Amino acid sequence: MSALVEKAAPVDERPTVPKPSRWAAPPRPSWEEEPAKAGLAGKGIALGFACFAILFPLWIVIVTSLQTKKTIDEAGGLVVVPKGITFIAYQELLSGGQVQTAALVSVGVTVVGTLFSMTVSVLCAYGLSRVGSLGHRWILMTLLATMFFGAGLIPTYLLVQGLGLTDTYLALILPSAVSVFNILVLRSFFMGISPELIDSARIDGAGDWRILWQIVMPLSRAVLAVIALFYAVGYWSAWFNASIYLTDQDMMPLQNVMIQLVQKQERPVGLSAQINTGQLSPLAIQMAVMVMALLPVAVLSPFVQKHFKKGMLTGAVKG
Amino acid sequence: MSHSTVPRSRAGAKTPETTPVESDEATGSSARPPSGSDGRAGKLALRLRFRRDRTLILMTLPAVLLILVFNYIPILGNVVAFQDYDPYLSENGFIAIFQSPWVGVEQFERIFADSAFWHAVQNTFVLFFLQLVLFFPIPILLALLINSIVRPRIRAVAQAIMYLPHFFSWVLVVTVFMQIFGGAGVIAQTLRRHGYDGFDLMTNPEIFKYLVTVEMIWKDAGWGIIVFLAALSSVSHDLYEAAAMDGAGRWRRMWHITLPALRPVIALLLVLRVGDALTVGFEQLLLQRQAVGVDASDVLDTYVWWNGIRNQDFSYAAAAGLVKGVVGLALVLTANKVAHLMGEQGVYKK
Repeated sequence: MSALVEKAAPVDERPTVPKPSRWAAPPRPSWEEEPAKAGLAGKGIALGFACFAILFPLWIVIVTSLQTKKTIDEAGGLVVVPKGITFIAYQELLSGGQVQTAALVSVGVTVVGTLFSMTVSVLCAYGLSRVGSLGHRWILMTLLATMFFGAGLIPTYLLVQGLGLTDTYLALILPSAVSVFNILVLRSFFMGISPELIDSARIDGAGDWRILWQIVMPLSRAVLAVIALFYAVGYWSAWFNASIYLTDQDMMPLQNVMIQLVQKQERPVGLSAQINTGQLSPLAIQMAVMVMALLPVAVLSPFVQKHFKKGMLTGAVKG
Repeated sequence: MSHSTVPRSRAGAKTPETTPVESDEATGSSARPPSGSDGRAGKLALRLRFRRDRTLILMTLPAVLLILVFNYIPILGNVVAFQDYDPYLSENGFIAIFQSPWVGVEQFERIFADSAFWHAVQNTFVLFFLQLVLFFPIPILLALLINSIVRPRIRAVAQAIMYLPHFFSWVLVVTVFMQIFGGAGVIAQTLRRHGYDGFDLMTNPEIFKYLVTVEMIWKDAGWGIIVFLAALSSVSHDLYEAAAMDGAGRWRRMWHITLPALRPVIALLLVLRVGDALTVGFEQLLLQRQAVGVDASDVLDTYVWWNGIRNQDFSYAAAAGLVKGVVGLALVLTANKVAHLMGEQGVYKK
């Protein structure tokens, strides 16, 4: 009995110890000196400045997109301190017309492109991760060589034209579908998965497809998320391919429409009523387009952030 | 040695392996490579190896095909640089390459005689130098700063904020800068309202090169800290403790432990940057080309784009691109050689 009581005692005591806040500093090792006040202040200022420089521009863009024409006119341009919030700019943009089409195009190209790129890259990375397989070294060298020299803009342009991809969405996906760097990151992650696990699956009768789908991929969710984000951001941000391969204005993705609206100060096609009647500031429309371009990325990337370091580190070890 | 008698794959017939040989190997070294070890696989007939690995080869096929089509075939397309390429010789512009007349190095002579080309070269090197001096050290400093933060939450939040701009497109970054520093931007507006003269940094050719560098810092300096943080996290804490015992203060520990730990990464990134010297922000410069004028913004990449795609002078632009590509490759190889001489690993192993 007494042994039981002794064992139970620490369990009872545990909740009374306050759990340290995640904001609190962890205990310092005994040899490390306490930081000086001036040092702490300096660090805080430097860090604060860096974060402010990044967040302030985003803040004005988002705030301005949510203002009425009256507040924007009063502020004489971009608004720093918001006065009330209205979503009319977004309502207007998403009620049809050029910007809505462009947003749909961008979403479509990003989703299809990312799925395609991930499929191709994961398959290739797995195929190359089994060291010693036939042709493994040759294929790897073929891929690696492209990291040292590119073909150049003009021959690529002529090829895409020659393949008849001009004015199709394939021109936005195929030429940049595979990134050798991403394949290398995936490959070195797959190679880190314990070979015993894969061998035992093989003994149990699993083929390569099954091993990839049921063992390797579930184990590498983190790196798959990072690489998928890289590809998705690539497709979402791309505008150059669209600018040289597409001639049809209705096919343009969001980034290209943003160039026209904001940089060249053109009017968006397909919406007029509220701008013309003076209820909606053109500036709010421009800012709303920018927010639409930045929001998906800004929302998604922090979720994947904690895996970045691992991904970049494994990718840095090549060949 | 019971484990070695198990066939490596279910269809054991694929690999003719015999139990005695296997157990010999297994007793010889326990750290045998898991599958397809060099010694044994090399002895297999090619046909058998193909049968064993056909699934793996099939898997790599789509990516290899895409790379061959979009990265290797265009390399051959560079022959237009030695032709007087005319896209209308055939229905298909790419086929027209085979029908265009050869002109030798005439295109290259035209390029080297063109002052606009040399101006683009000059701009490229000016921008590269500015990036090296102003951009390169900032991620190192930021990484040291972040690394000195001990509170995990603050650290995570700061990192999340700093990584963010890397994921924005250049269109967005340039537009944001326009809204802040442009003639109608926030700063100019505020100055004007208080009775000062407004200004427009975005269209000023004099300071354009600094503007470009600042944009680059805003977008990518935060992202650059990842590699350095990874290098720092692998430093053993025992080193710091031992140094502290010997009486080294905060700064001496940074100088003698932290910075030497970063040395290989710094050398590697420096090599990569020098090897990539001719590529200085293609999209970024293209987007600001109109606002600031050609003189200030033309670099080699935009020069190729303008002459080839806008002016349809394909052979001329391809020749300029080829010059850039060849010099670029030479730079990468030289830089890597230098890294080896310095005792660093470089981009690839020797």
